[in-house]
Amino acid sequence: MTADTLVREAASSAEPIRPAPSGRRRSARAHRGISGWAVLAVLLVASLLMLFPFWVAIVNAFKPPADYIADGPISIPTQLDFSALVNFWNGVDFNQKLLNSVIVSGSVAILAAALSLFSAFAIGIGRIRGRVWILAVFMVAFTIPQEALVYPLFVLTRDLYLYDTLAGVIVILAVLQSAFGTYMLSSVLGAFPAEVLEAARIDGATRFQTLRLIVFPLTRPTLAVLVTFFFIWTWNDFFLPLVLLPSADNQTVSVALGALSGQYTSDPTALAAASLAGILPAIVFFLIFQRTLMRGVNLGAIK
Amino acid sequence: MTQLSIEPAAARRVRRERPAGYYWYIVPGAAGFIAIVLLPFAMNIWYSLTRWSGVGTPQFIGLDNYTRLFVDQTFWASFLHSAAFIVAMAIIPTAFGVFIAAVLFDYISPRFGTRIASFLRATFYLPQILPIAVAGVLWSWMYQPQYGIINTILRGVGLGDLAQNWLGDSDFAIYAVMNVLIWLQIGYTVVIFMAGLSRVDPALHEAAELDGAGWFQRFRAITLNQLRPEIAVVVITTSVAALKVFAPIFVLTGGGPGTATIVPAYFSFTNFFTTNRVGYGAAIATVLAVLVTVIAVVLLRYQTRNTEGFEK
Repeated sequence: MTADTLVREAASSAEPIRPAPSGRRRSARAHRGISGWAVLAVLLVASLLMLFPFWVAIVNAFKPPADYIADGPISIPTQLDFSALVNFWNGVDFNQKLLNSVIVSGSVAILAAALSLFSAFAIGIGRIRGRVWILAVFMVAFTIPQEALVYPLFVLTRDLYLYDTLAGVIVILAVLQSAFGTYMLSSVLGAFPAEVLEAARIDGATRFQTLRLIVFPLTRPTLAVLVTFFFIWTWNDFFLPLVLLPSADNQTVSVALGALSGQYTSDPTALAAASLAGILPAIVFFLIFQRTLMRGVNLGAIK
Repeated sequence: MTQLSIEPAAARRVRRERPAGYYWYIVPGAAGFIAIVLLPFAMNIWYSLTRWSGVGTPQFIGLDNYTRLFVDQTFWASFLHSAAFIVAMAIIPTAFGVFIAAVLFDYISPRFGTRIASFLRATFYLPQILPIAVAGVLWSWMYQPQYGIINTILRGVGLGDLAQNWLGDSDFAIYAVMNVLIWLQIGYTVVIFMAGLSRVDPALHEAAELDGAGWFQRFRAITLNQLRPEIAVVVITTSVAALKVFAPIFVLTGGGPGTATIVPAYFSFTNFFTTNRVGYGAAIATVLAVLVTVIAVVLLRYQTRNTEGFEK
């Protein structure tokens, strides 16, 4: 899903950025009017509804169980009780899951970006023959349901002793995600200024030097966006890690939380605490990466 | 890759215009693709022609799995649910998203400033950053029949009769899951359509405004028209995503109650890893893959027509 965001952001950023609201429209700022406030109110209510699940997770994660039984899920806790969060954290060894997720997501992001850059270098700059077909085939990797690959991957990783290892999942996810990165970067590199490449060639740069000293630095903003997206997708990825990382020591955050379904049903504050533990890293990434994500929208300015 | 074998003279000519040797750079990606996608997919097709429990030797049975699929109620039910999820992930979020994006972009933003518009956009986008498993845990807790927040609120405002076992009742489960998917997806469409709107020339709106067109008239005549490429791409990609839904089902309902929320992805998963009917699971996965690929080809053709850079 988010993959498509990137496509569109990249594609739309290819257009020149038009000046934002022009003078005439800005002058409308004064006329907020009753209808203006009404529309704003409706949108605020809608956004509160969107935020509501986050809010109840936070409120109940710190609620003493007695409060929950007495006052239900909506009341504000009378005192902060971290025991549910601490119990969950220690109970599932959440530190380990966080570490696993960081290792897997970080490695996949970097490996996939490197793979994407190499392939896109051949397609976008090298303009190798059959590139349209190669890209089309790569797109299959991006769209194919993982269910159609999972059992063979399960068998293959088992035969190669990569089953239930982070390395196995890293390689698989990196290849799958690089398909999208290749597609994205190829169109970016396809529009790479020809004069720059020409100049490098005249100066006697080898292909690898061109890649390392010219294409890589100039594409770094795009790569940063790709790395960010790859990281977040991998963090959120559920299906392949679920199948290929069965043991508790290797589970990622997503899998650990997904496996909770059905458990803890008698302990509502524990479930809220688990939800919060899953939400927190996502929020942190959102705050850290927000600028990179926005830069993705403005990619066109850099090209 | 037959293109590699061209006669020497031609190769030299090609080398002058476009230095050869770039092929080496596609090797890692191509090797990975062959090992992780092509080979496994071929194996999956082979499995789909066999009866196999995952241990021992697969027994070739031809197309039996596929003919069995055709009369399998659960299989058809799973695609019916996929259709429901296309509504929840593609149709409804697109309809709401384009409207919300337009309101934020050229109604709220000029009147109340871009900061408020960006803030609202961020709140809509927030569910998108959650791992779906986390969203699933969160919602299964909110849907819980006894202490869940939704039933608590209903009872609190005197509508206790409406309280349900949302995920446990086969009449409601599919709608409950759809609701979660809509919540997850809205922000995605809002962000894309807002980005799309920033490329629409404001002069169009100004001209229409001078001609006395109201906001709704401009929305219909200009915004919807200008966003057509984005809308098409979003509908296609989210429909593909809807066909592939797995995690929300795994976390929220496990396909149940009964088969009330089962989807193809989950159905093949249970055949692989629960009932150990690998051949049958592979057949379901193959059908799903073919279906998704057909839709994706449509998408790719559409996108390459709109993306410059690499086709010439």
